[in-house]
Amino acid sequence: MVGTIPYINLALLVPALPLLGFLVTGLGYKRFRHNQAGIIASTAVGLSFLISVLLFFVLRNSNQDAATITLFNWISVGKMNIPFAFLIDHLSLTMTLIITGVGTLIHIYSIGYMHGDDRVNSFFAQMNLFTFSMLLLVMGANYLILFIGWEGVGLCSYLLIGFWFKNPAYNYAARKAFVMNRIGDLGFILGIILLFFTFHSVSFSEIFTQASVLQVGTPVITAIALLLLIGAVGKSAQIPLFTWLPDAMAGPTPVSALIHAATMVTAGIYVIARSSILYNLSPFTLNVIIVLGLGTAIFAAIIGLKQNDIKKVLAYSTVSQLGYMFLALGLGAYSTAVFHVTTHAFFKALLFLGAGSIIHALGGEQDIRKMGGLRKKMPVTYWTFLAATLAISGIPPFSGFFSKDMILVKAFEQNILIYVLALFGALLTCFYMFRLFYLVFYGEQRLANVNAHESPRVMTIPLIILGFLSVFGGFLNLPSLFGGNLSFNQFMQSAVSSKISDEISHGTEIVLILLSISVLGLVIWYAYRIFIRKAIIPPGDSEPMSAIARLVTNKFYIDEIYAFVFEKPFGSLSNFLFKTVETNILNPIVDSIGELTDIMGTLTRRLQRGNMSFYFFAMVAGILLFIIFTLTI
Amino acid sequence: MKDLSTAIQLIPLEHYIILCIALFSIGLMGVLFRRNTIAILMCIELMFNSVNLLVAAFSAYHSDPSGQVFVFFVMIVAAAEVAVGLSILVMMKRNVNSVDINLLNRLKW
Repeated sequence: MVGTIPYINLALLVPALPLLGFLVTGLGYKRFRHNQAGIIASTAVGLSFLISVLLFFVLRNSNQDAATITLFNWISVGKMNIPFAFLIDHLSLTMTLIITGVGTLIHIYSIGYMHGDDRVNSFFAQMNLFTFSMLLLVMGANYLILFIGWEGVGLCSYLLIGFWFKNPAYNYAARKAFVMNRIGDLGFILGIILLFFTFHSVSFSEIFTQASVLQVGTPVITAIALLLLIGAVGKSAQIPLFTWLPDAMAGPTPVSALIHAATMVTAGIYVIARSSILYNLSPFTLNVIIVLGLGTAIFAAIIGLKQNDIKKVLAYSTVSQLGYMFLALGLGAYSTAVFHVTTHAFFKALLFLGAGSIIHALGGEQDIRKMGGLRKKMPVTYWTFLAATLAISGIPPFSGFFSKDMILVKAFEQNILIYVLALFGALLTCFYMFRLFYLVFYGEQRLANVNAHESPRVMTIPLIILGFLSVFGGFLNLPSLFGGNLSFNQFMQSAVSSKISDEISHGTEIVLILLSISVLGLVIWYAYRIFIRKAIIPPGDSEPMSAIARLVTNKFYIDEIYAFVFEKPFGSLSNFLFKTVETNILNPIVDSIGELTDIMGTLTRRLQRGNMSFYFFAMVAGILLFIIFTLTI
Repeated sequence: MKDLSTAIQLIPLEHYIILCIALFSIGLMGVLFRRNTIAILMCIELMFNSVNLLVAAFSAYHSDPSGQVFVFFVMIVAAAEVAVGLSILVMMKRNVNSVDINLLNRLKW
């Protein structure tokens, strides 16, 4: 069915342009000089963004909420019929705008950041391929197309984490990310199979129509929801599959900004928000999501307190913020979760790009203990970083305040304990972000013989634009307390079915907001006292510290535990299979088949002597035998 | 055409069969026991033509012209085959200066 909305078919161009950009930069990577590849890649994504904006207005002015565009009939076997179709509705369009909008800025930024790298052309090809896969993921009209994009972004993530593949540690990080994601993917694909067995379809519209008549708590729906959740946990780096994301910081910083902060890691949230009807039918799964999300939010924030690598701090804060999004999903406030995805994309991309600008200026230094005093030297980075820090900490009126506070309010409505824990996590977030901020920009410059300088304009302009978005992004979804009408949540309403109402009483809201602002203020003051008044620099890793501090610095030894519980036994099993099963059982079998063939050949080649008369004779004898044989039967 | 058909049918079918078997056997024996490659090629032609004759005879007895069409096909294929065979023969004569089939024994392992 082709949408009746005018110009809606332009939506096909949205994923097609980055694909074209990938093909051009990927195939012609030897021909491009200087910044040509970067300009082509940025233009492709930028045009996609403009088309998405156009589509946004087209869809808003039409009287329809969604449109399906079928490209061709992809798989058609028996009763199974899977079209290659795109679904354009308010949810996918919002995600598309985030991906292409933030993506364009990051592509432009990368022109400056990756300048001078040998493989800059491959870098842009892979970035474009990522954008294409991500758009496929959010625009697909059924779970199978979503899965293509899902795997595509996993692949691009692997390629880009290991972009500087000459460093073995980076390769290891890329492999770790890939394997962790595969664990999630297994659950995800099992979920799709179970969906198909239950509903005989993988298309969103058909499944949700059939599911809407089912009873709450149907076991098969719970199973599907849990399996899809496993995929989402892997992709969105939640407990227990979160350890890959901090290691993924091995990739170039724009990659961390685009893939590991703004877009790919939110794919899990997108899937759950998209399947909101299924999740509403399974309260048990929603409770699991609350526990996972809250646990991840606090756990990652605690680890973030003691990290000294600027990108690691941001990585753990990403994990923590993803935990908040999961918490919102678990509370049934799907559109609030997507709203947090949106604001988080703005401020976290900005934080990463700012960190990239700092790293660029300091010649690759990432340790915040060695930075300091950059406020005067990098004014643009300083001000934009400040905006992002205030946004992620949840200080009004910055964007993060509106989204995070809405999650806290929803938590308060449901359960006071959840609220207290979530607020505690928010305080931790605020503390480690200001710790980072003070250490980087204030005090003396501790890194000698580096001439820190502001980044070129191609990098600072994206920072400024993202800075504006981080400051004002929250006004997209102004609660009625501040005279708004929750326009973002209302926009989402047709695509996701939120379980709880968006409105709460103003009195409660004011109290909660005042409470969170005052404790956040206390935390900022505390951080100020430690890191500026007393100018305490965190100790080196080898210096003595208390047991708890050591535990947190070493990330609760999670990596070591995984290594001991999973990697070691798996390694010894593989070793056993290699040394015993393969050498002693498989190899002799395969070898003997080869030897048998050799013996047969030696025997039969005696027949072929090259004597023509003998060949004639053999042929005639054969035909005669054949005739006699057929006649006697 | 009608007359020709009736003329053929004057001779009993068994005679044709016996004649063809005789021609075919002569050709086969020649292929098996001659050493001169030209003779072998000629014997192969003999076998072809014995089969052609039989097909033509059956065709006349059944009043079915498709058999005769087949004969034409076989003749064309045979002509093509002879062209290839003779050219191999020419090359053989040039290379080993002989047409003895037993000298062609290099097609082996």
